Amino acid sequence: MSTPVLDVRGLAYAYPDGHQALFGVDLHVHEGERVALLGPNGAGKTTLVLHLNGILTAGAGAVSVSGLPVAGDNLQEIRRRVGIVFQDPDDQLFLGTVRQDVAFGPANLGLKGEALERRVRHALDLVGMADFVDRPPHHLSFGQRRRVAVATVLAMEPEILVLDEPSSNLDPASRRELADILRSLDVTVLMVTHDLPYAYELCPRSVVLSDGVVVADGTTYDVLTDDALMAAHRLELPFGFDPRVMGARP
Amino acid sequence: MGAGHGHKLHFHGHSVIHRAPAHVKLLALVGFMLTVVATPQDWYAVFAAYAVVLLTVVAASRVPPLYLARRMVIEVPFVMFALLVPFVAAGPRTDVLGVSLSEPGLVAAGALLMKGTLGVLASLTLAATTEPGDVLRGLQRLRMPEPLVQIMGFMIRYLDVVTGEMARMLTAMRSRGCNPRSPRHWPTLARSLGALFIRSYERGERVHLAMLSRGYDGTIPR
Repeated sequence: MSTPVLDVRGLAYAYPDGHQALFGVDLHVHEGERVALLGPNGAGKTTLVLHLNGILTAGAGAVSVSGLPVAGDNLQEIRRRVGIVFQDPDDQLFLGTVRQDVAFGPANLGLKGEALERRVRHALDLVGMADFVDRPPHHLSFGQRRRVAVATVLAMEPEILVLDEPSSNLDPASRRELADILRSLDVTVLMVTHDLPYAYELCPRSVVLSDGVVVADGTTYDVLTDDALMAAHRLELPFGFDPRVMGARP
Repeated sequence: MGAGHGHKLHFHGHSVIHRAPAHVKLLALVGFMLTVVATPQDWYAVFAAYAVVLLTVVAASRVPPLYLARRMVIEVPFVMFALLVPFVAAGPRTDVLGVSLSEPGLVAAGALLMKGTLGVLASLTLAATTEPGDVLRGLQRLRMPEPLVQIMGFMIRYLDVVTGEMARMLTAMRSRGCNPRSPRHWPTLARSLGALFIRSYERGERVHLAMLSRGYDGTIPR
């Protein structure tokens, strides 16, 4: 098998206050996959995400991205390869205009002038926000801000896009628009979510993290229809949603 | 920053003053303020000349006088202080309408009012004619240290977010029968301001993480 885009081996981590969040996580994501990372609140999902680009440093175990270990000298290249879209777009959009915010990442990578502008345009085209390039982010709707947040990361041309609760606080139309955008992207995706229908719609494969370990890894259909597994890890299908009575995945 | 989406202090326009480069306006403002402050307090004719210059600039900016006047309420606490001075200052006293006032106090209060008003009006004129982003770029051109410019940029960006959060907290307090204006509820208000501080601090940390994730290395490309 080829080198996985994302290769997490035996990852363990305890916070400085002694609270241990991860107890040996193994996770491999291959090129072109869309994987959902499911798990109850407090399972360690966000902690895991912060290890993927070296914001947190593994207590034990290792993370590598397309063969490059997440450590010291590689961090700049790792952060280009791993694009994280955080849950609150207000945390990610901190400059005066959409253009400046989308340009922030690629400019840190050394892009300038025409090449930088092309990158910004292209990233905004991918999320359908090109018309808003001169607007201040805080004048956009929440759904628009979420899409610009995705563009800020796409502008770095990452090898894997990591989304933390991408559908949270979105109205149904914005939610569907974001799904269309994510499906149209030619990039590997790891999506952290509680939104099980969204995971089923977008990700053929799901991984369940619970109490700091991976407790299931399989097709999203198999995971969501395994009642014992779901009950044991505080995962519940929302009212009216059941993969068993639905047709094939869209 | 974005055209037509200015700050509350900004008045959209295209006058000569609006179009003047921000760093020139900043230098003019600082120069004007220093001159006003350095002028001896009883040179009334000179203060009148300053006022004429300033009002000419305001007229040239085509910002409605009422727009500026309403924002001048920020000066009220200083006015209160100035009004107190003649009552408490020492020195020879004089009777005005049967009230004994200090003569040097009157002069000092007059000077404080004149200097304060000129300063506030000049600053408001700068704010009304210059977008916050242009002020930042002006400061950058004047070689203000980069970290200070960045901090001011974040302040502008997150002012609305934090005041919005505060407004939601106050609404939530009112919905549960608390009146934030009543002194009886000030302890609650103080605690919620503490919570707001912590929330903002934590947001700052999340923003920093998001910046690091996109390769932040200490400078913000502009």
